[in-house]
Amino acid sequence: MPDTTPLLELRNVTKTFGSVEALSDVDFEVRKGEVMALVGDNGAGKSTLIKCIAGTHTPDEGHVFFEGEEVHIHGPRDAARLGIEVVYQDLALCDNLDVVQNMYLGREAHDRFQRLKEPIMEQRTAETMKSLAVTTIGSIRRPVATLSGGQRQSVAVARAVMWNSKLVILDEPTAALGVAQTEQVLALVRRLATQGLSVVIISHNLHDVFETAHRITVLRLGRNVGVYDRATTTQQEVVSAITAGAPTKVSGIPQVAPEATA
Amino acid sequence: MSTNAQVVGPDAAPQGGQNEGRGPAALIRRGIDDIRGGNLGVLPIVIALVFIVVFFTYRATNFFTSENFGNIIIQMAGTTMLAYGVVFVLLLGEIDLSISYVAGIGALAVAELQQPGSGHPGLSGLIAIPIAVAICAVIGVGQGAIVARIGVPSFVVTLAGFLIWQGVIVYKLAGPGSIIIQDRWINYMGSYYFSHVAGWLIAAVVTALYAVTRLSGVIGNLRAGIAVSDAWLLGAKIVGVAVAAFGVVAICNRASVQGTPLGLPLAAVIIVLFLVVLTFLAKRTMFGRHVYAVGGNAEAARRAGINVSRIKILVMMISSIMAAIGGIILAANVNSVDTNFGGGTLLLDAISAAVIGGTSLFGGRGEVRNAFIGGAVIATVANGLNTANYNPGTIYMVTGAILLLAVTLDTVARRLQARSGR
Repeated sequence: MPDTTPLLELRNVTKTFGSVEALSDVDFEVRKGEVMALVGDNGAGKSTLIKCIAGTHTPDEGHVFFEGEEVHIHGPRDAARLGIEVVYQDLALCDNLDVVQNMYLGREAHDRFQRLKEPIMEQRTAETMKSLAVTTIGSIRRPVATLSGGQRQSVAVARAVMWNSKLVILDEPTAALGVAQTEQVLALVRRLATQGLSVVIISHNLHDVFETAHRITVLRLGRNVGVYDRATTTQQEVVSAITAGAPTKVSGIPQVAPEATA
Repeated sequence: MSTNAQVVGPDAAPQGGQNEGRGPAALIRRGIDDIRGGNLGVLPIVIALVFIVVFFTYRATNFFTSENFGNIIIQMAGTTMLAYGVVFVLLLGEIDLSISYVAGIGALAVAELQQPGSGHPGLSGLIAIPIAVAICAVIGVGQGAIVARIGVPSFVVTLAGFLIWQGVIVYKLAGPGSIIIQDRWINYMGSYYFSHVAGWLIAAVVTALYAVTRLSGVIGNLRAGIAVSDAWLLGAKIVGVAVAAFGVVAICNRASVQGTPLGLPLAAVIIVLFLVVLTFLAKRTMFGRHVYAVGGNAEAARRAGINVSRIKILVMMISSIMAAIGGIILAANVNSVDTNFGGGTLLLDAISAAVIGGTSLFGGRGEVRNAFIGGAVIATVANGLNTANYNPGTIYMVTGAILLLAVTLDTVARRLQARSGR
C-alpha cells in the first residue's frame, strides 16, 4: 500500500488566461506508489492543472513541491528531468515508426557521430515491456500503425515509464478503447503503482477511476472541491462533487473525505 | 478487427519481446504486417521495371545493349540526384517545387565560376562545384526558414522559388544566351568512364563495404543478446549486392563507341555513393529518425522534444543541395547551361521518380532507394521510347500513366493501413 509522504504537492496554485481563472487556489498531492484520479467536468481545470505539472504552463501563483523540495517547472524537459512523464490521450506516437523507435522518440541512444545504437534500444525496450508484462504486442519491431488502440496506449505508457520516471500522468488513457483493451490498460496502471510509481489518471469514466485509483481529486470550475478515498466513497458521492461540489478550501488538502455536498 | 484478435488476446503467449521467430514463415508474416501497415516497399515497381525492360528489348533492337545501359545510367543520374532530395522533403509531408531551377542555379554558378573572366582565369571545377553547392544550400536554408519559422506553406514558398530562380537564370543568361562549360572536372560528371580494372575494383569495394557493414551490425546485435534475423537472408542480400555490382561493371566494360572501349561511368558511382550516404543519413542517424518522426506525427515529435523547425530547415537544405548536384551533372551532360535550363519536365520527373519508387506524398513513409528505382524507371521509359522511335508525346503519356498507377497503389495501401490500424 502507498505510504503517505507526498511525491508531488501543489499548494495554492492559481492560473489565469486573460480574465478567465482556469485554476484558483488549488491544492493537489500525489503520494508515492499511489494512483490518484483527477476528475471533473469539461472546463473544470484538469488539463490546466496537468499542464502546470508538465511544464507546458507555469502557474501564476502558488508553489510546486516534488519529493519535498520546491521546484519550478518551465518546460517538458524540466518535468522529464524530475521524473515526470505525461501520456496524452492522442498525438503521442508516430504511426510510421515501430515500437522501439517510438519508445526512444526524441531520446534515441546514439554515439558521438549521431549514429543510432539500435541494439541497445531494442534490448532495453524488450526489457521494459517484459517488466511491465506488456506481452501482447508481438514483435517490438512492428510499426505502431499495425497495433490496436490498447496496444498503442500500452506502448505510450511503457515509454513514459522507461525513463526512470517517478510520476506518470495519463490523460484519458481509455477514452477510445473497447472493453477488453480498457481492462488491459487499467491492469497496466495498477502494475505501475505496485512497482512504486505514482500515477495521475484523468478520466471521465468513473468506472475506470474506481477500478484503479487509491484516491480521487475532484475539480470543479477551477477549484478543488474534494479529495476522496476510494475505499470509503461511492460513485454517487463523486458525481455530486463533480456536478455541484463546493470548494472545500480551508488550508491544505483535507485528509478525510468531506461530507457529501449536494 | 478480427485480424487483430489473435494478437490482442489476453492469453497470447509471452514473447520474450524480441522477434517473432525465424524462417520463411516469420518473413511472410512480417511481409503481411508491412502490407497491412501500408508499406508495399519497392517490389511492385521493380517488377514494373523488369516488364519495361523486356518490352523495349522486343520493340527496339538497340535498346538492350551494353552501350545503351551506360546511356541510361548517365541519363538517370541528374534527375535521380534531385529525386533523392525530394524523398527527404516528402518524408516530412512537405513539397519542394523550386528544385529544378535551384538545379539551374547550381549549374549556372559552376558555369560562371569556371568561365575565364576579364583578366582572371576561371576557377577549377574542383573549387567551382563546392561553391555552387554551397550557394544552393543557402537558398535551401532560406526557403526552409520561411516554411519552418514563419509557417508559410512549403508549396507556396517553393513555387515562389520556382519563379524567382528561373528569373535569375534568364536574367543572367539574357546576354550570352548560354555558357559553354570547358572545365574538365565538371564535364567528367557526365562523361568520365573508369578503366575496366578500376571498374572491377569499385565493384569489389562496394561489395566488401556492404558485407562488412551488414556483418558488423549482426555482431552488434549478438553482443546485445538480440537474435539475428535469418542468416540465409543476410547471405542472400550480400550475394545479391555482389551480383549487381559486378554485373553492372561487366555490362559497362563490354561497351565501346567506334572502337574506343567505354567502362563504368562516373555517374554510376555518384548515384550509388549518394544512395548509400543518404540512406545512412535517413536510417542510421538521429537526424534521419527525427525526419521520419516529424513526417509521421509532427505533434508527437514536438512533444518528444524534437526541434521540428530545425529538421524542416535542414531537409529543405538537403533538397537544394541535391538539386545543385543534379543540376551540375545535367549541365555536364550537355557541356553547357542555357536559358531553358531547369525547365521542361525536370521538376516533375524528379518528384515522379520519388513517388513512383514508393515514397508517400503524405509524409513519414519512403526510402532513398525509392528515388533510385523511380529514377531508373523514368530514364528507362524515356530512353526506350526514344530508342524505339515513338512520338515524344508518348513519353509524357506513359510516364504520367505510371505515376498515376504508383500513387493509386500508395493510396490503396494507406487505406489498408487505416483499416488495420485500430
